[in-house]
Amino acid sequence: MTDTSLRVVWIYPDLLSTYGDQGNVLVVERRARRRGLKVDRIDVRSDQPIPTSGDIYLIGGGEDRPQRLAAERLRRDGGLQRSVNNGAIVFSVCAGYQILGHEFVNDLGNPEPGLGLLDVVSVRGEAERCVGDVLADVDPTLGLPELTGFENHQGVTHIGPGARPLATVRLGKGNGIGDGNEGAWADTVFGTYLHGPVLARNPLVADHLLKLALDVNALPPVDDRWYDALRAERIASAAQPA
Amino acid sequence: MTESTEPLSPRARLAVTAGKAAAAVSRAAGRGSGSVIGGRVALKLDPDLLARLAGHLDVVLVSATNGKTTTTRLIAEALRAGGPVVSNALGANMPAGITSALAGGSEARYGVIEVDEKYLAGVARDVTPKVIALLNLSRDQLDRAAETRMLAEHWRTGLEGSTATIVANCDDPLVVWAASSSAHVVWVAAGQEWKDDAWSCPACGGVLQRPDDGFVCGECGFARPEPTWVLSGDHVLDPHGSAWPIHLQLPGRANKANAASSAAVAAVFGIAPQVALERMYAVAAVAGRYDVVSYQERELRLLLAKNPAGWLETFSLIDPPPTPVVLSVNARGADGTDTSWLWDVDYTRLAGHPIAVIGDRRLDLAVRLEVAGLEFTVHDTLQQAIGALPPGRIELIANYTAFQDVRRVVGN
Repeated sequence: MTDTSLRVVWIYPDLLSTYGDQGNVLVVERRARRRGLKVDRIDVRSDQPIPTSGDIYLIGGGEDRPQRLAAERLRRDGGLQRSVNNGAIVFSVCAGYQILGHEFVNDLGNPEPGLGLLDVVSVRGEAERCVGDVLADVDPTLGLPELTGFENHQGVTHIGPGARPLATVRLGKGNGIGDGNEGAWADTVFGTYLHGPVLARNPLVADHLLKLALDVNALPPVDDRWYDALRAERIASAAQPA
Repeated sequence: MTESTEPLSPRARLAVTAGKAAAAVSRAAGRGSGSVIGGRVALKLDPDLLARLAGHLDVVLVSATNGKTTTTRLIAEALRAGGPVVSNALGANMPAGITSALAGGSEARYGVIEVDEKYLAGVARDVTPKVIALLNLSRDQLDRAAETRMLAEHWRTGLEGSTATIVANCDDPLVVWAASSSAHVVWVAAGQEWKDDAWSCPACGGVLQRPDDGFVCGECGFARPEPTWVLSGDHVLDPHGSAWPIHLQLPGRANKANAASSAAVAAVFGIAPQVALERMYAVAAVAGRYDVVSYQERELRLLLAKNPAGWLETFSLIDPPPTPVVLSVNARGADGTDTSWLWDVDYTRLAGHPIAVIGDRRLDLAVRLEVAGLEFTVHDTLQQAIGALPPGRIELIANYTAFQDVRRVVGN
């Protein structure tokens, strides 16, 4: 974390902010402020350079053509890659998750290079689109409770040896290749298919990002009453047959 | 009235009769107005029925993400100055519902038809409309609908070569893209409050620059067309530059925009703006929307908002604080089952209002409002929520099925 405020960068709201994922920024910002931190939220449009001074970078989901345009512009810019090399934290969702990988299939049906920040490759799924509620157990090394969220994607994602699955689904498709894996992570870079938004449904994941940014093991408690109630409801609903 | 009417074939007459019978059964069984099931039965018996029912009508199609039911109603009122109108006034806007509505219109001169965005191109092929009104396009129910930009693309492809006059909002880049493949377009500057689905050029993907009222793509030059009709505050400017006052019972900027578009549609049929606008004043509520009902000693105004653009327009029309607000959100099939869109709504606009939250997904709303830093209370029922608020005027904003739930409770 540089100087005195936490710098949270929201990447390309003009292209990748279609599925409510800007809620992830709002949750990170709110939970940091509730701990008394100052927060600079920096929205970077796709005709602007990505600042390399950010602490946490967030990327959301988007439609197919905007995803290709975002990948082109992020590759050309290079700022996000430099930031990650400097230890910045990146949390990405859906289209943004695919862009962080080595490659995905673009709106024209062609392989499109990603940023190579996560060891994953995404291809177009042969089965029907993955849409619906998800419940998944998080990689135990992260020490986080189960994930709840909503997925809506056609692409499926294969994880290479350089990354680990973020979670294993109990309900839903996740990465969609049939092994039950959902999302991926390596070091300070995270990807998931979950909307909801995922950090509103899983505030301890937001806290995990804050801890990484602040380099601390614990944060002061905040009032999680409404988050807990929502989680309990969503988890109970996911446990019931539809 | 044009006398091009071909009598309905025996097969079509059978289909209409069977459809009406099915609708009557459905109504008797208490399953709604019966308009959709009737049309479904009729269309199954005669797939070309829609085209034939529309054959003798001057048809107007109305499509948009938001405001299509209201605008359909405003246009219908305006065109009644010129003759009888048949319309799917209750918002049954897919082919079956449209067929059912038209089946009751053998005496009508005009057909004013609301069409679901996904079905616009197909219905436009079937009914050969004189006018198609395109109001706006924005994100809505993304778990089951096509991508917003793809909808604009479908409209564009589907309307290419149409003989209809397209009356289109020149302030919405996606609508402009959809309409500009057509030979005859009347541009209406109807405004656009929600801009977050159109930062990317629909033609080339470049970043749109959006100075003041306009938009232009720095890469390909795609830009806002010059309007011939303009919404300017409380007036609509017609192509001759005359300003006509808009007096509506319906509240809000969005409805003034709907009235401006409706006046432009009426003008295509030779109905003067002052005549059209005067007739629109008669519309007080549309399928329960904007209705004010007395309930538990409160005056409850019922407002429907289904997606981020709709909520934004609704926030701009409610009474200022300290008027209390009840918010209700469901996520059933007709609403879209993903509630993530709540996070694209800027709820900080409600600061200062007492807020009570209900609906199937009240806990999603609670977290959303907590993160927005607002004070609020959460209740299991409308009765409890109302009881927690002071007597007087209350604004109630709900999404689709939540709105229907509220109407049932208050007996509207």
